[in-house]
Amino acid sequence: MRPLIIFVAAAITNNFILTYFLGLCPFLGVSARVSSAIGMGFAATFVMTMTAIITNLVDHLILRPLHLEFLQMIVFIFVIAVLVQFVEMVIKKTSPSLYKALGIFLPLITTNCIVLGLALLGAMRNYNLIENTFFGFGAGVGFTIALLLISGIREELEVRDVPKALKGAPITLIIAGLMAFAFMGFSGIISLQ
Amino acid sequence: MNTIIISLVLTLALGLLSGLFLMISFKKFYVQEDPRVEMLLEALPGANCGACGYSGCVGYAEALAGGKETNAAKCGPGGQEVADKVAHIIGLDTVSIVKRVAKVMCNGTKENAVRRSDYDGVKSCRVADFTLKGDRGCVYGCLGFGDCVNVCQFGAMFMGDDGLPHIINEKCTACGKCVEACPHDLIELVPLDRKVFVFCKNLDRGPVAKSYCKVACIGCGLCVKQAPEGAMKLEKNLVIIVDAEKVDEVADKVVGVCPTKAIALDEKFAEVKTV
Repeated sequence: MRPLIIFVAAAITNNFILTYFLGLCPFLGVSARVSSAIGMGFAATFVMTMTAIITNLVDHLILRPLHLEFLQMIVFIFVIAVLVQFVEMVIKKTSPSLYKALGIFLPLITTNCIVLGLALLGAMRNYNLIENTFFGFGAGVGFTIALLLISGIREELEVRDVPKALKGAPITLIIAGLMAFAFMGFSGIISLQ
Repeated sequence: MNTIIISLVLTLALGLLSGLFLMISFKKFYVQEDPRVEMLLEALPGANCGACGYSGCVGYAEALAGGKETNAAKCGPGGQEVADKVAHIIGLDTVSIVKRVAKVMCNGTKENAVRRSDYDGVKSCRVADFTLKGDRGCVYGCLGFGDCVNVCQFGAMFMGDDGLPHIINEKCTACGKCVEACPHDLIELVPLDRKVFVFCKNLDRGPVAKSYCKVACIGCGLCVKQAPEGAMKLEKNLVIIVDAEKVDEVADKVVGVCPTKAIALDEKFAEVKTV
């Protein structure tokens, strides 16, 4: 039951983008079209799930036995970068079509704050491997939901009469703020942090 | 002190191991790519405009190298020069291409076309078309908000004082972005050496069309009789040029009989041709 609750919490009530404000760069950068938002969302979900698993293993098998918790940030980002590089190579070799769909997005999210934030939060909350996997997957799903929502709104906005001073990034930031307000409404549903 | 040494050793070991791991996997998972793709990409202009019908220059280069595409002259922005290079790289015969440019098939200037209402909405052809087909009397003609001008990547279009978009032939690369942007499908890509055009897409009957536009095609069919058999035809009150070459041969006769001057010579084109 607990992994499921963690999943829902990470995806909706404590959505990474809209309550922690992590991963705002892809949220603003890759959200102009629904199609690219879907690609980015899938790539991010994939990387985040992998990250959750590998960082949990590194944390519990290497860092904690050696009492090197203070190295978490450096080691995590390093391991994530290596992992994504490796996954990219494997995908390129084994499945060209999947590489075409995800390929351009993979390097973009390697060193993104949402991925590192996920790894550090998971370690801070002492999740075990299964819990952390669900945590990462939920965070990815939440990221995809938020990206899909805003890209739909932005596609609609293109034909609307936005004041000249607000065109582009400003109106997107305002929308992001309003969406964060809306997501605050979920915050009471699950008490788990 | 102990902690420092352990952390140093750990990070060093981690770095070395993963470096080694990545190196080995890079060799193991190395994907051989066609070297011609790289060469083709260098030859192509890299504008990623999509005039060739592929998603971008990469798509076209891959199709050419993979043998799926055998036409070396599909790159609009590149013109003859790039077509030669591309043909050379993939070992095809050189193809000569006639430059094509975009052309607006409407002459409904502010003077020629009557407006039937005041439109005060978003300054976009697409939105205006959605709201009761725009403010002009003619629901087939140019809406005049310049959606085509806005999508042009090459600065080849501008809105004239007459309320119509104009095309700078020298800059136009025939990428077709404006063709897609026009909600009334008024823009066509035509060879630079064509002379006679029907500058109208109006499908209304003659008297109706004439009531709101001075230069509408009224579907009288006089020009069709001047042209060789089958070179022009009348369809839904609108003249259509079927065989442009044959019509161009009798250009003066065809243009001369038109009572509304909907069918006309393109002066700008003639100039470019003589230069």
